[in-house]
Amino acid sequence: MGKLSRIAWLYIGAVIAAAAIAVAWGPFTGIRWDQVAALGLLLIACESTATLLNSRSLAWSANSTASLASVILVGPVGAALVGCCTLFGIRRTPSLAHRLFNTGMFALSAYLGGRAYLLFGGHVGMPGPSSFPGIIWPFACAVLVHVIVNFSLLRGVLWVTREPGTTLGRVGLDFKLVLTDIGYAAFGVLIAALWSVLGPFTPVLVLIPLLVARWAVAQFAAQQRAYEATVSALCQAVETKDFYTRGHSERVSRGSVMIAREIGMRAERVEAIRYAGMLHDVGKLGVPTSVLQKNGALTDDEYAAIQLHPMRGLDIVREIGFLDEALAGIMHHHERIDGRGYPMGLAGDEIPEFARVLAVADAFDAMTSNRSYRGARPVPEAVAELRKWAGTQFDPAFVDAFVAAIARDGWKAPEGAPPGADQTAVGDALSGSGLSGDVLSANGASGNGASGNGVSVSGNGASGHGASGNGVPGMVGELAGELDDPTGPLRAIESI
Amino acid sequence: MAARRHEPRGFPRQVLDSGQSLLIIFAGVLLIAGVAQTAALGVSNVRAALAFGGLIAFGELLRLSLPGDREAAPIATAGALAYALLIRVGDTSARQGPQQVVAVVAIGMLVGALPHLAVGRPARLSAMAARLVAVACAAAVFRVLENRSLIGGHWWYELPVMLSLVILAWLVEAVIAALIRTDQLRGRFGVTLLDEMHVQLPLGAAVGASALLIAFAAEVMGLAAVAVFTAPLLVTQVALRRYTGIRATYLQTVRALARVTEIGGYVEAGHSARVAKLAVSIGRELGMPEPALLELEYAALMHDIGQLSLRDPIPGGATVLVVREEQRRIAEYGAEVIQQARVLDSVADIVRRQSDPCRPADRHEEPPLSSRIIRAANAFDDLVGSSVESSRASAAVQRLRLDTASEYDPQVVEALSRLVSRRSVLGP
Repeated sequence: MGKLSRIAWLYIGAVIAAAAIAVAWGPFTGIRWDQVAALGLLLIACESTATLLNSRSLAWSANSTASLASVILVGPVGAALVGCCTLFGIRRTPSLAHRLFNTGMFALSAYLGGRAYLLFGGHVGMPGPSSFPGIIWPFACAVLVHVIVNFSLLRGVLWVTREPGTTLGRVGLDFKLVLTDIGYAAFGVLIAALWSVLGPFTPVLVLIPLLVARWAVAQFAAQQRAYEATVSALCQAVETKDFYTRGHSERVSRGSVMIAREIGMRAERVEAIRYAGMLHDVGKLGVPTSVLQKNGALTDDEYAAIQLHPMRGLDIVREIGFLDEALAGIMHHHERIDGRGYPMGLAGDEIPEFARVLAVADAFDAMTSNRSYRGARPVPEAVAELRKWAGTQFDPAFVDAFVAAIARDGWKAPEGAPPGADQTAVGDALSGSGLSGDVLSANGASGNGASGNGVSVSGNGASGHGASGNGVPGMVGELAGELDDPTGPLRAIESI
Repeated sequence: MAARRHEPRGFPRQVLDSGQSLLIIFAGVLLIAGVAQTAALGVSNVRAALAFGGLIAFGELLRLSLPGDREAAPIATAGALAYALLIRVGDTSARQGPQQVVAVVAIGMLVGALPHLAVGRPARLSAMAARLVAVACAAAVFRVLENRSLIGGHWWYELPVMLSLVILAWLVEAVIAALIRTDQLRGRFGVTLLDEMHVQLPLGAAVGASALLIAFAAEVMGLAAVAVFTAPLLVTQVALRRYTGIRATYLQTVRALARVTEIGGYVEAGHSARVAKLAVSIGRELGMPEPALLELEYAALMHDIGQLSLRDPIPGGATVLVVREEQRRIAEYGAEVIQQARVLDSVADIVRRQSDPCRPADRHEEPPLSSRIIRAANAFDDLVGSSVESSRASAAVQRLRLDTASEYDPQVVEALSRLVSRRSVLGP
């Protein structure tokens, strides 16, 4: 962990010191050590079954259950001591720094939760029949304080250890995660209540539903990963029909998500647009390969065949239990703001929002990658092109959002040039016809012919940061979403 | 992502058969007897009855579907079991007899089902009946033991008995569900029961443990236990709901994307879906367990994806007509595509081996059963297509049978033949 900055070390040190002071301050009178030991074991069991969150640098464990049970049974100081057992969790945690931070964080959250419990009139010790329902209110306050402290400390550590020049986005602020955590915390009161009836057998019984819930969450995450991987693999198979569009779906998906995040779409809609981006061109399979790969001018029939592809795409994906919005996006991604697009010729706000987002990302990727009739164009030039057609072809708001996102996070242009492709680019297809976007520009390209008027080629996928990519993927700034590469340095920092 | 509940694979569902009607009638009799007796004897501990009835109604409202068109209402089941096993609420001992348990549980379930009916989602009576019967069993045994003072006093005496009863209730429900399923899908009872237990085990464990927790907690916390406890089980339910949703979407997506070969003109329309349906029916006929059937379905849906590598579609998409080498290349390419997903390696393997003859001439090992099934199902569909004439189907089976010496697995062809004679493979 030599990679941590001094500020990060200071921060972690401060958290640990605060926890240590809280514990050392005491008082230790009246703490039942047998209960501390049993609860500590419970916490170690929870900690040892932590799961990494889906593509995040965070892990989640059910520690709050043990912490909050301790708050009631052994008070704030005892709860902090139980929280210290985080240190002994059996996990493949890569670094001592993470472990220490997590320990300090849980001890401190438990201590402050315990203080809140006392402050709002809770009594330490085994609750009896007379404690209910009066205990609920102070306990709820303890849960709230615990969750808030936990999340704040976590946000803090993510902030001080973030890659320079990047934003945190919404990492760790998942509302569902907070709810889940509160759900687990509620188990704490059950453990405390049952202690007088079931004794030390309580944690065993309580652990079962806990583990099952965690199993269910893990199943969900695994299934979602499998789903994404499968969709992406199948999309790649579809793309083999046209070499030039390889990776196009993936990039359009990425670009659409960038726009969606930039304009603050809800998480589920961002998910939906991710898939819409991946699947937007699936209908091209219905277009004969000879037309897709044609270099010359298109006949009217061929042009009509191409215009059909959004509808065919819709035919294919209609049966998927998608948000309707994603379907509308796929169907209308070739509409233009001025009403001159296809298949319906919708204009302005008639075009579904998803379709307007997809259109921007689609055109941008088409411009920055190689085509049979021209080479890739550098990012700044493509940005200028987007701006130029904002208002006629694209929705200006989404163009602005996309440009802002690219300026901040960069854009990973496709790598390499296709075999045998003419490296010195062909004429400017897009301004020729005024239509940007993939296949259609072929139509315009035919007019310009293969004049050697060189827009520079694939290698120079220069980014918004001005770092010349030289065709090396990953040189250009990465997406915020990819910051949380699971193999990255933040891997095992624990959430909640 | 909204998940539509997918219809059971294979056979059209019969509306209600005699076994299910019997179960529902039995549950109805239980309900009437329970309510009548409770009315006659009077309700003991009304507050507890209302609290648990409310919890059960709430849980029934939140019922969820599990993979494989199953239904569960974990919160309702936990509430019902806890009510059946309740000994004390606070300081007062709970004196409800099994008839009152049945009445409260049944009424709670019906109330919870009403909103579903109101928005036009049909109640699945057989699943509700199975849950009621299971709880009634546990309640009856428990009260007999309690009346003979065999339990009570310390948790050390109560817990083992209650634990066994929870397991009993779980088994009863699993057996009933498996019986219904065997009947509907014409599977084998043993296989179906194992599938059922496999799917229901984790959730059943959580429900059982939660039921015990509530029953004990009611002693300390009173009826607050019912309220406090609901949140944690909800977490499981939310995760499971999302899991089932994404699983259904997954299947729908693979189904939809498998059709790209049709849209691209590589295969006849509906080919992938028919082969998948047929392959799953054969697999079930041969007693394959559910996880294997799911893999088989994925593989069958995507078995032609390799044809996308062909520049010109095969006439009619009939791979049965192309030479072995070409078939192998298509299968290999399809497997590569699937392998890219990195999560479907066994599916990729099934697709890769689909063109191998069942008795390889050289030293190659025999292809997996799923590959042999897809090979036969694919050949059958290439010969029959979307036709619904049974004579054509029988002729196709005859044709496959001629090749059982080397090409097709005789066991698979016989299963196919049985399906054809039951006329359950033809039609939409």
